This record gives sequence, structure tokens and C-alpha cells, in this order.
Amino acid sequence: MTARIERPLSPHMQVYRWTLTMALSIVHRATGIALYFGTLLLAWWLIAAASGPGAYANVQAFTGSIIGKLIVFGYTWALMHHLLSGLRHLVWDLGYGFKANEREALTWGALIGGISLTVLVWIAAYAIGGGR
Amino acid sequence: MSINESHGSPKPPSMRTPLGRVRSLGSSHSGTTDFWRQRITAVAMTLLIVPVIVVVLMLLGRNQAGAAQILGSLPIAIILLLFIVASAWHMKIGMQVVIEDYIHNEKLKLASVMANNFFSVAVALASIYAILKLSSGV
Repeated sequence: MTARIERPLSPHMQVYRWTLTMALSIVHRATGIALYFGTLLLAWWLIAAASGPGAYANVQAFTGSIIGKLIVFGYTWALMHHLLSGLRHLVWDLGYGFKANEREALTWGALIGGISLTVLVWIAAYAIGGGR
Repeated sequence: MSINESHGSPKPPSMRTPLGRVRSLGSSHSGTTDFWRQRITAVAMTLLIVPVIVVVLMLLGRNQAGAAQILGSLPIAIILLLFIVASAWHMKIGMQVVIEDYIHNEKLKLASVMANNFFSVAVALASIYAILKLSSGV
């Protein structure tokens, strides 16, 4: 095992021209990691609801603060983006959408759709929650 | 049988098909199980995301008593339980892929994969317990 064999290496990412699909591949992974830790917020909120008024008020104080709102807004976008970007992967899994224009369209769709859905959800949230 | 003896003799013919040989195998000997489960949970969450968002919107601006009443109702509890199980499973598999991609130190990798399992199970069980507690009204 001591002898190292000189194997050919595949060129690493930096030699390639940046493409949208490459960037969005990284964003898909990054949003996945963010959502992973974001589940802590979801668990905290559910446990607080099950614990009592004091614990729930703490969650509401946090989600009502500026930093809390930013985190929940970011969580919403990460969820919406990861959802649409993931659907794009399912389309690819089925064997469709591999032509250059198709994969570009799918990727733009995930990017724009994710932002649009996030804004829509927040408009709905303010329309519903703002009234109470 | 020594290596020299086996070297010259032809291999005995195998009845196994190439597909049979690779199915359920691979470098991890667990085959495509994780790949497939990642897709099942992804599709499950795609189906559940609209009801889940509706539930969250219903809870906005309510106090604990109001939220507990909504979360404790049977259809909502079931929707959330399904979503929690699917998401915990999905994120466990996803994070394991990330760990295996970036952590090359074997011991650190094993520790990270374990921590990932603990985290995912703990988050899921804590959330499930909270919903069951709300549903039973204790």
C-alpha cells in the first residue's frame, strides 16, 4: 500500500467556464444544508406549542424580531428553491430535459420560481397573519 | 489453491447475469437504496408541501392555545407527521452525501455520519413527540 500510483486526475471545477447549472447545483446543496439546520427551528416551534404559552411566546418573540424574520424568510426561500430545483432533478432522473436550452430553462425556472413562490407565501402570510 | 494454480485455468462459467451481479451492490454494498429513498421522500414532500404551507399560514398570529388546537386536529397532525418523517429521512441521506464528498479523514467521516444520524433522528422524534402530545391533549 505504500507505493503511490500516478493516476490521471480529472480536471477540477476551476478549469471550466462557470455555467448557470453549475452555480445552481451548488445552491441546491447549500439550501439543502441550510434546511437541515433550519429543522431545529421547526422542532423548537412544535415543542414550544406542546409545552405551553410561555415557551410559545418565546418562539413568537424570536420569529417576530428582525433577525428572526430574516431567518424565516431565508428558510422559506431555501425550501421553495430546493423544492423546485429538486423537481428539476426528478425531471432529469426520468431522462428528460438534457438539451442545452432545456436544462437552462429548467434551471432558470427553479431560480425565478423559487423567488416568486417565496414572495407569494410571504404576501399570503401578511394578508392572513396581519389581520390577526 | 495457490495463486499460480488459479492463474492459468479459465474461470468457471457463471449463471449470474450482469444485472444480477450489480443489483443491490456497489462500493457501499447498499446499492441504490439511499438513492431511491431520497426520491421517494422528495416526491412525498412535493405532495405535502401545499398542505404544510396552509397549516403554517393558519397558525400565524395565533397564541399558544389557538396553535395547539389547530396542531392537535387529526388531519393536520397526520400531514405534519408525514412531512416530518419524509424530511428527516431526506435530510439524513442528503447530509450523508455531503459528508462523504467533503470529509476524507476516515475517523472524522464516521463520527460525522453518526452525528448526522443522531441529529436527524433527534429532530424527527422531538417533533413527532410534540405533535403526539398536542394530539392527545396532555
